Amino acid sequence: MLNFNRVPGLVEVQDRHGETTLVVDAPRVVDSALHLRDELGFNFLSDLAATDYLGWGKAGVSGYIGTPAGRDLNEPSTQGYQRLPGAKPQRFSISYHLLALREGAPRVRLQVWVDDGQSVPSVVSVWPTADWFEREAWDLFGIAFDGHPNLSRILMDDDWEGHPLRKDYPIGGEPVRFSGDE
Amino acid sequence: MALAPERPRIYEGTRIPSPTPTVLQVPADLKSSEDVLTVNFGPNHPSTHGVLRLVVDLHGEEVLGLAAVVGYLHTGFEKNMEQKSWWKAITYAPRIDYVSFQNNELVFVLAVEKMLGLEVPVRATWMRMLLAELNRIHSHLVWLGTAALELGAISMFWYCFRERDRILDLFELVAGFRMHTRYFQVGGLAEDVPPGFWDECAKFVELMPKAVDDYESLVDRSEIWLERTQGLGLLSADDAIALGQSGPVLRGSGVDWDLRRAQPYLAYDQVDFRVPVYQEGDVYARYRVRMEEMRESVKIVDQALRRMPGGPWIADDRKVVLPPREELHTSMESLIHHFKIVTEGFRVPEGEVYVAVESPRGELGCYAVSDGGPKPWRVKFRAPSFVALQATATAMSNALIADMIAIVGSLDTVMGEVDR
Repeated sequence: MLNFNRVPGLVEVQDRHGETTLVVDAPRVVDSALHLRDELGFNFLSDLAATDYLGWGKAGVSGYIGTPAGRDLNEPSTQGYQRLPGAKPQRFSISYHLLALREGAPRVRLQVWVDDGQSVPSVVSVWPTADWFEREAWDLFGIAFDGHPNLSRILMDDDWEGHPLRKDYPIGGEPVRFSGDE
Repeated sequence: MALAPERPRIYEGTRIPSPTPTVLQVPADLKSSEDVLTVNFGPNHPSTHGVLRLVVDLHGEEVLGLAAVVGYLHTGFEKNMEQKSWWKAITYAPRIDYVSFQNNELVFVLAVEKMLGLEVPVRATWMRMLLAELNRIHSHLVWLGTAALELGAISMFWYCFRERDRILDLFELVAGFRMHTRYFQVGGLAEDVPPGFWDECAKFVELMPKAVDDYESLVDRSEIWLERTQGLGLLSADDAIALGQSGPVLRGSGVDWDLRRAQPYLAYDQVDFRVPVYQEGDVYARYRVRMEEMRESVKIVDQALRRMPGGPWIADDRKVVLPPREELHTSMESLIHHFKIVTEGFRVPEGEVYVAVESPRGELGCYAVSDGGPKPWRVKFRAPSFVALQATATAMSNALIADMIAIVGSLDTVMGEVDR
């Protein structure tokens, strides 16, 4: 078993669905990343995924129950009663999915939480592949990465307004441009 | 045969451009030179495999600076999937990478099953593996055909697409659709495999290794092909790992890594196959890896055909899986289950998972978040093509403009997956 106790800025270790999540302090993410890469051998950044939790836990969720384990009739939301999902610390999460290219293929999720307008230090210096991932997170969520060498939009147009994967960005609400307008 | 000329060899260490790892900068002493010409290549160009745009700084024929511009095919798959119930969102996954559709479908379904904690019957697991491997051959054939076409080997295109069509026929036979089959269902398969499939698939297994021999005899001894692929687009093992490369690009740089073996999913730990690795790190090495992978995939398909287990093809969990069609006429409960799953969708417990599979292009990951409701809160795909394009700047150091096509082609990117 890998020992994550010495990861700098560690806030919490979660173990769910057989996956380990290390929640760390956003300003110290580069220290944590270096520790994971150099001390624990996580040399491969698989993925960097941002998530917007705006509205999470505001409305209860109910639906058709999907697992054999979830069929306790007294449990909220099984019979149409709504249940609130667990609270999240901030609005945005950024998950760095790390992989070590060695026997057993250990994986770990490094996670930081930020609010709207807060920025996160860039990990491009640790894993160069973070370059486009961070640009994507900036483009679609508006999360700024400090120290990124070229933080610009990547998937949307350069002059696009808003960040489409935010929960308050409406679907079908994008402006339509007509060539006659110009 | 003439003595092979000296070709550039793979380098040690790193030559990733700095400060931006994905932008090749013109050397400072040439920046203001009038000999440097900036050329816009794409986004509409037949050799970009879609809509890739490259801004290239040329000094004569030499590529001095390069920046890849993507996003022309952004269709908002991830945003759309948040609006659909889990089972309807499966339809979106294969359309993201329209060449390796079944692997994309697979990774999404595996992620949902992981959150649900759902057991999948063995027959479905083996059938998924069989189709994923057929899909790998399909993807490599499309790559080989188009990459060879770009280097002038036009006949290769027709030969590859002839075999590709046979695979599409098999998909049509099994799922009713040639592409975007949507055959994988949460819990197993959408339908049982039709009886005629096994014979047709066995014929294909017989035929495919010979077809690969044919391809090799067409290009592998061709001086033009060797000249245009060997010693080009070099990427060292260190750089490949640092740039997050996976799949044939990583294995072509001498890194022995395949998720099917390193982190077995489906039934890959029960079949025999070899992971081809080449040390050269050039376009040719990537080509060789893909050729051998086709042979290995045929072996896996063959083993799956011989050892296909019987039994149910979808999990028996009526809260997730649609009831059998005929029961709807006789059972009130089945009708209710059917109605609830179709209208509301099943509920996936709160949580987040990251699942990765070895797609034809490398590590294909799916990060999914559920709030406990019937719709995904967030779905994110780790697209191997998106990552592969980040290596263009490094692989293009010291390249000539004509080699650019071969190098970009060798990374095997599908723009639908890059831009999502």
